[in-house]
Amino acid sequence: MIANHILSIAIWSPIFFGVLILILNNRLSTRKINYVALFGSLVSFIVTIPIYKNFNTALSTFQFQEFHHWIIPFNINYHLGVDGFSVPLILLTSFMTVLVVLISYQSGIFKKAGYYSAFLIMSGLMIGVFCSLDAILYYIFWEAMLIPMFLIIGIWGGSNRIYATIKFFLYTVLGSLLMLIAFLYLYFKSGTFSIIDYYYLPISLEVQIFIFLAFFMAFAVKIPMWPLHTWLPDAHVQAPTGGSVILAAIMLKLGGYSFIRFAMPIAPDASLFLKPFMISLSLIAIVYIAFVALIQKDMKKLIAYSSISHMGFVTLGLFLMSPLAVEGAYIQMISHGFISAAMFICVGILYDQTHSREIKNYGGVINKMPIFTAFAVFFAMANAGLPGTSGFVGEFMVILGAMKENFWIAFIAATTLILGAAYSLWLIKRVFYGDIGNAKVGNLSDIKSKDFIVLGTLASLILFVGVYPKIISDITNSSVLQFIELISFSKAAIL
Amino acid sequence: MTDLIPQLNLLLPEIFIAIMAMFILLVGLFIDDKNKHISYGLSQFTLLCAGLITASIGFSQPQFAFNDMFIFDSLALFLKMMSYITLSIVFIYSKKYLFDKNLLNGEYFSLSFFALLGVMLMISSKNLLLMYMGLELLSLSLYALIALNRDDKKSNEAAIKYFVLGALASGLLLYGMSMLYGFSGSLDLYTIGNVIQTQNINSEILVFGLVFIVVGIAFKLGAVPFQMWVPDVYEGSVTPITMMISTIPKFAAVAMLIRFLFQGLESLIVDWQQMLLIMAILSMVIGNITAIAQKKIKRMLAYSTISHIGFVLLGFYVGTISGVQASIFYLSTYIIMTLAVFGLVILLSSSTKSIELIDDLKGLSQTHPWEAFLMMIVMFSLAGIPPTIGFYAKFSILQVVVDKEVVWPAIVAVISALIGMYYYLRIIRYMYFEKPTKKINIKTHFPMLSILTINAGGLLVLGIFPKTLMSISALAVGGSL
Repeated sequence: MIANHILSIAIWSPIFFGVLILILNNRLSTRKINYVALFGSLVSFIVTIPIYKNFNTALSTFQFQEFHHWIIPFNINYHLGVDGFSVPLILLTSFMTVLVVLISYQSGIFKKAGYYSAFLIMSGLMIGVFCSLDAILYYIFWEAMLIPMFLIIGIWGGSNRIYATIKFFLYTVLGSLLMLIAFLYLYFKSGTFSIIDYYYLPISLEVQIFIFLAFFMAFAVKIPMWPLHTWLPDAHVQAPTGGSVILAAIMLKLGGYSFIRFAMPIAPDASLFLKPFMISLSLIAIVYIAFVALIQKDMKKLIAYSSISHMGFVTLGLFLMSPLAVEGAYIQMISHGFISAAMFICVGILYDQTHSREIKNYGGVINKMPIFTAFAVFFAMANAGLPGTSGFVGEFMVILGAMKENFWIAFIAATTLILGAAYSLWLIKRVFYGDIGNAKVGNLSDIKSKDFIVLGTLASLILFVGVYPKIISDITNSSVLQFIELISFSKAAIL
Repeated sequence: MTDLIPQLNLLLPEIFIAIMAMFILLVGLFIDDKNKHISYGLSQFTLLCAGLITASIGFSQPQFAFNDMFIFDSLALFLKMMSYITLSIVFIYSKKYLFDKNLLNGEYFSLSFFALLGVMLMISSKNLLLMYMGLELLSLSLYALIALNRDDKKSNEAAIKYFVLGALASGLLLYGMSMLYGFSGSLDLYTIGNVIQTQNINSEILVFGLVFIVVGIAFKLGAVPFQMWVPDVYEGSVTPITMMISTIPKFAAVAMLIRFLFQGLESLIVDWQQMLLIMAILSMVIGNITAIAQKKIKRMLAYSTISHIGFVLLGFYVGTISGVQASIFYLSTYIIMTLAVFGLVILLSSSTKSIELIDDLKGLSQTHPWEAFLMMIVMFSLAGIPPTIGFYAKFSILQVVVDKEVVWPAIVAVISALIGMYYYLRIIRYMYFEKPTKKINIKTHFPMLSILTINAGGLLVLGIFPKTLMSISALAVGGSL
């Protein structure tokens, strides 16, 4: 019985705890709310483990499927299921939520109950996105997820939070609404909202291009791809640490995941047709945005731009359309989830003590926070793609894939290894090394055990995936092959 | 004579409402200020009985009365029931506010019932004269209701404005009707439809007549370019009256549109489709863009109404049964949302100081967290963001439009919806992201708050289980077209 609802439990248990915290809000002290939130997020994480445990890696079909009729007049169903692309991201989501609760434990956040419940509800909704096999169900999770993020940035964000959050919301919604029209058109053509049916729906190339562009607007904003990225630095800088972590670790991945799930298999001919366009945009993101990152004065902004640059690898890998590159893109997504989260947590730890994100206000942090500096340097190395860390695996596989396609693509993409090292290590040099810059830095104290656990877990995960990427590729392997088969099949030709 | 009795059966709700309207007016003369809740109770009782009587007629094949002037079908059943429920909720929300302002007297209830009677006649009319009579009854009652607060200059100005423009629109409608009568020789909508279909009539003159009819309907709906009265009347009236104007007459206008365009002038579909399309696009775009610039809540809601009417018209433009179903569904959700939003505005207003500016909502989440939360749900629903019912309303309209294989109106619709989100989000932003500037010192009225909780929470619940409302609206339309 329970085995049949394993995905529903994963979606609804964080939402349940989120609502529970809202109800308990006035009845419990902040301390107890902390415990409830931690307990809720842990339970929500534990219930996702069976998805990974029982997942049959040999199958490329959707597993743990759940099907209930929901809105019959429109043939909309509550249809869930996961394949190799969903499972790691589901675990990443529930795991990150635990970390976010942990790092928010002591920091002086007001209205904590609302803060926790927003994150828990958002976690459930994001898992819903990764599980949905019905286009409208997916769309509802996708849109509903914006509401908690909108509130998180708007209520708990920095000084310019209102501008940032409204920009974030409207940017994302514009893309999503066009995607909705694409879904409606597909429904008009096929009479169903089932994603699996869309994979085998013959569509002419012209229509595919329109559908692809509608999807592109939705997903490219989310990833974000150049030139639709401008909301991200604002949102990241203004968001509270937890918000930045979820934004970078999970929300950006939703875009990449959706390209895999929707845009490319539904419109394979258009993907092939627009391949040069997509690859160019990815390369621009990788190189140009890396240069932009180099000149940032704000630490969070720098990491935000570095995120865009790294996500460029994801889109590049996907649109190279070879098994190796797609696999690399996927590992890059997971790895970037860990690394960017870790770096945002590091900035958060510094910010909590000094209330400044400006690079120039720091210097010589190592003298006061040696343990913390060790972690930060490690994460910066991983961000630069040091071999042995997870950051290297994905980028290397994508570059190898690119080499098979065209030398120059690989060459341009590989410059990021230099540029990434430049902005990461220069950041480290200016913030951590040297003499103590000012009195505020002089008053810093090193991290406590709680932060140590958080950063230590992330560091070990980054190392583990870096040394043994097979743990991810085993799960995704058959799905990747299935994906390649889907996108190399011309739908327009059978019309 | 014997034939008349079963026919009268169909009109029992109307007869009952008319009698009760006069009775409540009389009762109002004999009770003093303290016992005003008697008229209130009587009114709610009237609505309950009217609902029961209407339900007892039952849902079956369309039935006709009075030489086919009067029609009772599933659409009439649905719209009448919705009108009762809406008016009942309007009374609940208005009671305390009007009582404090000393406006809760017999005239208010009596006029509301006459307006309701007009709405019901319009919903059920199959004849040009009856339609016009219902329209005038509704309009005259509304003019008086707007001017109810007679010491207030703004109310008077709004009433005069509404009266002048309303009279003009009525005149145009009457002119269009006279043209229809002129070349068909009949006042009956079905007969007119048959004559147009079977006989060769100069279509230019016919379309000329059609234009006037559509203008009359558009005026009642408040669609661009006939929207000028909407913001001023919304702003000028006391909030409970605004709530009434923005809800019940819409049922009548939509019924008029369906009766005229879908049941009478169906064969002119190519002509009226274009008119509806232009009005729909203009209403959505202009309504949403203008709303951004508003500083007063009621004016903002007025423009938001215009944009929602644009969506309703877009469904009608499609011209299929599923299009009408989507529009009726949209209208129903619009009514639920409008009731909730005006209810909240009334709840947060006291007799001395009412919330007028959007700025007044600043920091509401800190002073009145629960009310702010409800308002947030309503705003997300108005903006059409899942998982609220507002999303499904937009979804069903977009679906029928895309089904017609014309995608561009759908794209214009979503872009205008996106523009609309900006000002709905702005309310949330003021409530949640900003600090309170003025203290809102209102003791909330508990019974009203609980009804509002059901109303606004319903937007969320219906958003998760939208099937029922969708099916009911679909059934109502399917049974009569």
